[in-house]
Amino acid sequence: MSASAEATVVITHDVGLHARPSVKFTKLAKTFAAEVEIALAANGPWFDAKSIVKVMAAKAPKGTVLHIRASGDGANDAVDALVELVRRGFDEGANHVRTA
Amino acid sequence: MSEPLRLQGISASAGYAEGPLFDLDQTVVSYVGKETADEEKAALETAIAVATGRLTALIEMAEGDAADILEFQIAMLQDDALSSPAFAAIRTGLPADKAWRQALDTEAAGYDASDQDYFRARAADIRDIRDQVLRALSEDGDVQAPAGAILYGEDIAPTRFLETDWSRGGGIALRAGSTASHVAMLARSRGVPMLVGLGALLAHLAGAALLDAEHGGIVLLPSKADIDAFRQSSSSFRARRDRAGTFLARPAVTKAGTAVRMQVNIADPSEVDGIDIATCDGVGLMRTEFLFGKTLPDEETQYRAYRKVLEWAGDKPVTIRTVDAGGDKPVPGFTVEESNPFLGLRGIRLSLARPEVFRVQVRALLRAAVHGNLKVMFPMIAIVEEYRQATAMFAEEQAVLATRGIVYEMPPLGIMVEVPSVAIVPEAFAEAAFFSIGSNDLTQYVMAAARDNSAVAHLNSVRHPAVLRLIAAVTAFGQREKIPVSLCGDAGGDPASIPSLLEAGLRALSVAPAQLAMAKAAIADISV
Repeated sequence: MSASAEATVVITHDVGLHARPSVKFTKLAKTFAAEVEIALAANGPWFDAKSIVKVMAAKAPKGTVLHIRASGDGANDAVDALVELVRRGFDEGANHVRTA
Repeated sequence: MSEPLRLQGISASAGYAEGPLFDLDQTVVSYVGKETADEEKAALETAIAVATGRLTALIEMAEGDAADILEFQIAMLQDDALSSPAFAAIRTGLPADKAWRQALDTEAAGYDASDQDYFRARAADIRDIRDQVLRALSEDGDVQAPAGAILYGEDIAPTRFLETDWSRGGGIALRAGSTASHVAMLARSRGVPMLVGLGALLAHLAGAALLDAEHGGIVLLPSKADIDAFRQSSSSFRARRDRAGTFLARPAVTKAGTAVRMQVNIADPSEVDGIDIATCDGVGLMRTEFLFGKTLPDEETQYRAYRKVLEWAGDKPVTIRTVDAGGDKPVPGFTVEESNPFLGLRGIRLSLARPEVFRVQVRALLRAAVHGNLKVMFPMIAIVEEYRQATAMFAEEQAVLATRGIVYEMPPLGIMVEVPSVAIVPEAFAEAAFFSIGSNDLTQYVMAAARDNSAVAHLNSVRHPAVLRLIAAVTAFGQREKIPVSLCGDAGGDPASIPSLLEAGLRALSVAPAQLAMAKAAIADISV
């Protein structure tokens, strides 16, 4: 069985998908067996969501509509969990903006 | 003129050194290219692992933003996407340092081009990561300190110590480090003065310095009075050491007339050039992992190293320990990365897991045995099956040599007693030809106190009754069963521990060559 899922979410974090959120994002992505990718536009380019090098290289600032897609085992769960993480501002308080 | 600067540390190896400071942590990169692309690849893999390991160690002391940055850097370093362009470049013939620099510069340039301040700033992170790996790569290279220099830095790798020419003096002064580290052990064995724990205050120092590793101090920019006082202490230390030296040429005998067999521990075949064989009863421990420093040595290299020591010793025994890599002695391309290496695949466990490497050493030993009085022992034996598997490999390789018509001899095969399972039940190992107690590891395993961690140094004592009771039991068993027992850990050369070891029944010790005289002098004072 090969499931696939896709969703979009707006990055509300002040400096976008930066270093610390990228660590959290890729760590969470790696907990799923499914292949997970992100893109800044619906037509790509797509980046491996489990590679922090690729996720950082996407350079997604605040306000970006982040496209997340997954295929394979647990694809739905993976997309849901990652969307949720972005929506929660990567679990960092809005007033707690750090530069790292 | 600046004021003298005085720093206090902990003595890891007593002695005095006067000379220029040499910064071990300088970032100048002088990577030495390798012969093949495979070796370049291995060098880069090792350097990435070393850099990751350093960051992981730092993260434990960092908090908040600093910890976040380190975690980010570690995640980047562990991502194959970062290194794959470099490995691809290596396959096209580029050396590891150029390949890595090129790949990371390209990655950094991607951030430089961003119109967002935040992402532009990440280029600095990429360059930081780049330089950490380049530093790890260059340490493998050949930045030589001037003769007689005092090596100053955060810490020092055992290979670095061994590459340094200590014949014209010099010493070691570390901001971190530990008196129980492998390098500290080597320093005591070579009589190289060494201080640890100077603190992290001063990152880069230079100029002339006075290292007093007897009392634990170092003076930079010394005054004339400092220099005069230093030279006086230094010559007094030499005089005391020379007095002990009068014991060197005599056999070791206690006040009560009990004879003690005194052998030496060596790590590098060249060490025997500085030792008079008449002053000792042979070699109680020849380590072989340093032959395995950067690449796996071939059979011929090993054979020549073993033969040199056997011929030096004449008819006196030379006990060679099969490779004891792992733990705090990693060997690129041989050992594996583990979260808890002291409890992992090290010593005989690793040798049995990598028989193709071990068999090379076995053949070299069988061939060398015809040149003297060789004994071979296996490190980290925990169960008798390991001893049987290892001895079976000796029998198999003996048959291989016989069919090829190559001369060989089967040496007596013994074991290190350093895992508590052996010390507690020595009768399970009665088939071994001899026992050699490795007190460093036995102590750290009995006390559950790592020997390279100064925070638990107070627990790491061979004189704890639990350790001494095991040593006494092993010694008594050996006497009953006519199995020779000796001890080859640091405790054997420590005047404060020797009385307890003799009371536990030991009559054979193997010590660092530099400690032989002091140990004999200490034995002469004991009434056992």
